[in-house]
Amino acid sequence: MPATVIEELERAAVGTGGRGPARRDGGDGDDARRRAKPPTPRSAYFTGLVLGLAAIFMFFIALASAFVVRKGLGGDWRSFELPGLLWVNTVVLLASSLVVERARRLLRTQPAARFGAWWSTGSLLGIAFLVGQVAAWRQLAAQGIFLATNPASSFFYVFTAAHGVHVLGGLAALGYVAARGAAHQQSTGNLSADLTAGYWHFLGVLWVGLLLLLTFGR
Amino acid sequence: MSTPSHVAAHVHAPPQGFLRKYIFSTDHKVIGIQYYLLALVAVFVGLVLSLLMRWKLAWPNDPVPWFGDGPMLPEQYLALVTMHGTIMVFFVLTTAPQSGFGNYFLPIQIGAADMAFPVINMLSFWTTFVSFLVMVAAFFVAGGAPISGWTGYAPLSAVGEIAGPGQGLGQTLWIVSIAIFCAASLMGALNFIATTIDLRARGLSLMRMPLTVWAWFITAILALLAFGVLLAAGLLLLLDRIAGTSFFVPGGLVFTDKPVPHQGGSPLLWQHLFWFFGHPEVYIAILPSMGMASHLLSTFSRKPIFGYRAMVYAMGAIGFLGFCVWGHHMFASGMSPYSAMAFSVLTMSIGVPSAIKTFNWIGTLWGGQIRFTTAMLFAIGFVSLFVTGGLSGLFLAQPPVDQPLHDTYFVVAHFHLIMGVAAIFGIFGATYYWFPKMFGRFLNEGLGKLHFWITFAGVYLIFVPMHLMGFFGQPRRYAEGTAVQFLSAMEGPQQFVTIAALVTGLAQLIFLFNFLWSLKWGRKAEAINPWRSTSLEWTIPSPPPHDNFGGRQPVVHHGPYEYSVPGEPEDFIPQDAPPRPAPATGD
Amino acid sequence: MQTKNRCAGSTTTAFILAFFLVVFTLVTVYLFVSKTWWFPETITPIGHEIDVQTQRTLWLTGIVFVLSQLGLAWVVWRYRNRGERARYSHGNNTLEVLWTLATALAFIGLGVLAQFTWAKIHLAEPEPDAVVIEVLGEQFAWNFRYPGPDGKFGRTRTELINSGAGNPFGIDRSDPAAADDIVVPILNVPVNRPIELRLRAKDVIHSFFVRELRLKQDAVPGLEIPLRFVAERTGDFELVCTELCGMGHQRMRAPFSVKTAAEYEQWLRDELALLQSNP
Ligand code: HEM
Ligand SMILES: [Cu+2]
Ligand SMILES: [Cu+2]
Repeated sequence: MPATVIEELERAAVGTGGRGPARRDGGDGDDARRRAKPPTPRSAYFTGLVLGLAAIFMFFIALASAFVVRKGLGGDWRSFELPGLLWVNTVVLLASSLVVERARRLLRTQPAARFGAWWSTGSLLGIAFLVGQVAAWRQLAAQGIFLATNPASSFFYVFTAAHGVHVLGGLAALGYVAARGAAHQQSTGNLSADLTAGYWHFLGVLWVGLLLLLTFGR
Repeated sequence: MSTPSHVAAHVHAPPQGFLRKYIFSTDHKVIGIQYYLLALVAVFVGLVLSLLMRWKLAWPNDPVPWFGDGPMLPEQYLALVTMHGTIMVFFVLTTAPQSGFGNYFLPIQIGAADMAFPVINMLSFWTTFVSFLVMVAAFFVAGGAPISGWTGYAPLSAVGEIAGPGQGLGQTLWIVSIAIFCAASLMGALNFIATTIDLRARGLSLMRMPLTVWAWFITAILALLAFGVLLAAGLLLLLDRIAGTSFFVPGGLVFTDKPVPHQGGSPLLWQHLFWFFGHPEVYIAILPSMGMASHLLSTFSRKPIFGYRAMVYAMGAIGFLGFCVWGHHMFASGMSPYSAMAFSVLTMSIGVPSAIKTFNWIGTLWGGQIRFTTAMLFAIGFVSLFVTGGLSGLFLAQPPVDQPLHDTYFVVAHFHLIMGVAAIFGIFGATYYWFPKMFGRFLNEGLGKLHFWITFAGVYLIFVPMHLMGFFGQPRRYAEGTAVQFLSAMEGPQQFVTIAALVTGLAQLIFLFNFLWSLKWGRKAEAINPWRSTSLEWTIPSPPPHDNFGGRQPVVHHGPYEYSVPGEPEDFIPQDAPPRPAPATGD
Repeated sequence: MQTKNRCAGSTTTAFILAFFLVVFTLVTVYLFVSKTWWFPETITPIGHEIDVQTQRTLWLTGIVFVLSQLGLAWVVWRYRNRGERARYSHGNNTLEVLWTLATALAFIGLGVLAQFTWAKIHLAEPEPDAVVIEVLGEQFAWNFRYPGPDGKFGRTRTELINSGAGNPFGIDRSDPAAADDIVVPILNVPVNRPIELRLRAKDVIHSFFVRELRLKQDAVPGLEIPLRFVAERTGDFELVCTELCGMGHQRMRAPFSVKTAAEYEQWLRDELALLQSNP
């Protein structure tokens, strides 16, 4: 009795409602079942990029609001001088963004002369930024300011490290694009170059935001 | 959709070899099943943990199976509470309805061949898997699993072993596991959203998407915005534990007589960050089940969804308001009483879209021709549970009324019914409904109904008394009531609930048996559309071919719930059926 | 096409499901109306107000609960498959608007009402003549400090905290104001006097809960949170911890008594004498 409803529905379906022939075998045997899938449209990659940036943004917003709340508790907060080197690093990172952008635009002309040079320069500037950030850490460490010294320094290290990890990811992407070369980009509609550049610019803007927060929220 | 000249060069050829096909597969269908099976393992682990807890609560001084000859220790009980809650919330409720069913059916229901980013999809599953292993590992390290509950409140969770057994390495693994889970969920969410935005078939406008797709879509948005926050909070907590920072740990703490070297942190900051994630998380758990229940109610009453637009707007409103109400978990926390007022009124407002959904579900059944398949029974059960569980929220949303009830069994009853059991009913309903599509065979309906009746009665027998125990003042997360005098009156009800839980728990073996048995011996699903449903997955073979539509590009001409359209020969119009000439009454 | 058989199957299931929902609704309503297990009677005016608001909420949710569950039972029974064609309808906008407005009014109205009670508990001006008592939660005990005859709490220092030696607060007895501070593991308060508890915690979060007061407030390390009430009735009650604080959470209780003014004064004198006899 319990199975009746299904049976009835099914009988009806086989008779009229269902479409196509009943399938016999469940394996992956026949070739029609193994057709390749169509590629993902380009627009989806950019949607994906924006979504990824939104997620990263939320992560930093959470840290930033923790920063504001924690600072508001007052008491033990000891501000310290931010190393001046950070401003140099900022210029380097923004310059890197500009250079990468220039390289990206070069891809629009055929053949993309000097793309490799520009793109690699941008990547090297990115590496220089990270080296500079580590140097800034070492300056602070030399003054005896470490991660656990004070909430102000804790947040400083957390922000710079979290941003740095994202920069590392960006460098990997930059390196990938550089390694594949301009021809590969142009044959794929510049997809990975455009995505990487978008991510890279975001990291630049994010860094400026963090630096302003650290400077004025200190 | 973009023009073909702008497509990327990747073509997802069908994989060869066992490993690529079934283990490291990038096919959304395989990944969906992987997620589902992971959740199935997790739910049985979580269930066993809960039954052991129930045993201890009913007979506090007797030995519990696997816990030696003496009674279970309180710290063991608390480790079970923590792991039960965490496993259920993250690895069952976040995993099965969204990542499991969503992965399998979202692309098909929108007429796509796969997710937008199949490789990220695969990574997301395997990251979740690693996260699960790390979580379970917490049981087996020195000190055992953490005892701070699934909410991991600081400072209990932030100062290490000194706070209690399990708070050493166990708690660290817990945080690491959650952090990995966050990363996995973000990857999944990104994929779901991009897929829904960019890969919809021609003709599938937003307002023609099945409510399941809407639910997965909105859930993914919530996950995208919420999990990053949990990740940030987890990172800070980890630093407090291992790097000596003081984000959440205030100064001057003394454990027994040992001071800990922290200063100035704020325990409430953890709660704010946690619940900013945590409240959206409960909607992440329940929204997909709302979508699936809506889908089933319409299909099996052979009626269009009542108020489709209202349903979509209500889900949107729930999603949005879900980010504005986290403070209702903190009325007793010492948060400013003014914030409590704002959170309270906002929370009362989130009851409105929830009520709208309920009315619309009943409206959908109204005037229908209800087919009581097992799937439908679970969907109807879902509505009943959602009402019962939702109404208790109105008590907890008002700070003065919440005051005596907070952290009692009333809360336990509330969140189990609304998010635990209701979501599980959505999952069960969806399983009975989609099993034939996924595996080409039916689950056994007779066993299914038996499973439904015992489970439906069982969960009410477990959780209705818990409301009253909460009104009696029974605090939650108590390993036993033996030290508190007034709790001696709770002995009887505790035993009653435990017996109900044991029976209900055992009944889940019926489901497990049915599932495994039917995979191999279940009745074959001969017709591709046995339920005579309208959505696109029912226009392709069971199980679907590698690229879903076999090279065909479906074009959608109809709304998702065109059942019993007057003048039609059949009582349903598949979404991709040719357009009808005359009266397009649909909204 | 529509066989008798299917209708029969439908009828049985519809009947059982509808019957189940009705029985479940009735039993649940009975349990809540008879208040099978419920809080003991409250001993404070604010407790009465909370009870009134709870009762209002019970009414509203009760009505919605009964209407929805019975409505569900009704449609399940009435609209079981009878082999006819279902009604083709996409909904009704008037109804949507109506029930949206009605629930918004009811829910938000109730929510706003609750805030008045809340304001009385947490936003009232402190009474100048309140009896002030410090409450300190620690793993896994409650400690209470009374200021003694001078009405002043003496200085405390973290280094001096030593629960084993009976000084969980870390009281610095060299401070004259501290000399008469009484520290006890039980909470006694006088009847009909405004009481102000100041909640603190020494290690992790604990939570102060007395059923008869209908009050619950976390004690958070690093914060001092006031909690005010007036008890109208004498008696012996229990204070329990309701925030997970570690492995001994479930045994973290303390006796709580409301005493007449005379009894209370006498008790304070006895404690003081005890303190001075072994300093
Ligand atoms: C037969 C089924 C179940 C039983 C008998 C059961 C029982 C319990 C019990 C006894 C507690 C501890 C209450 C306390 O002392 O505070 C608990 C906590 C919890 N349960 Fe369940 N449970 C079941 C299913 C589920 C499901 C399906 C979920 C999925 C959401 C779930 C989520 C939770 C959560 C989140 C907690 C809180 C854990 C914590 O306090 O950290 N449970 N459950
Ligand atoms: Cu919430
Ligand atoms: Cu406690």
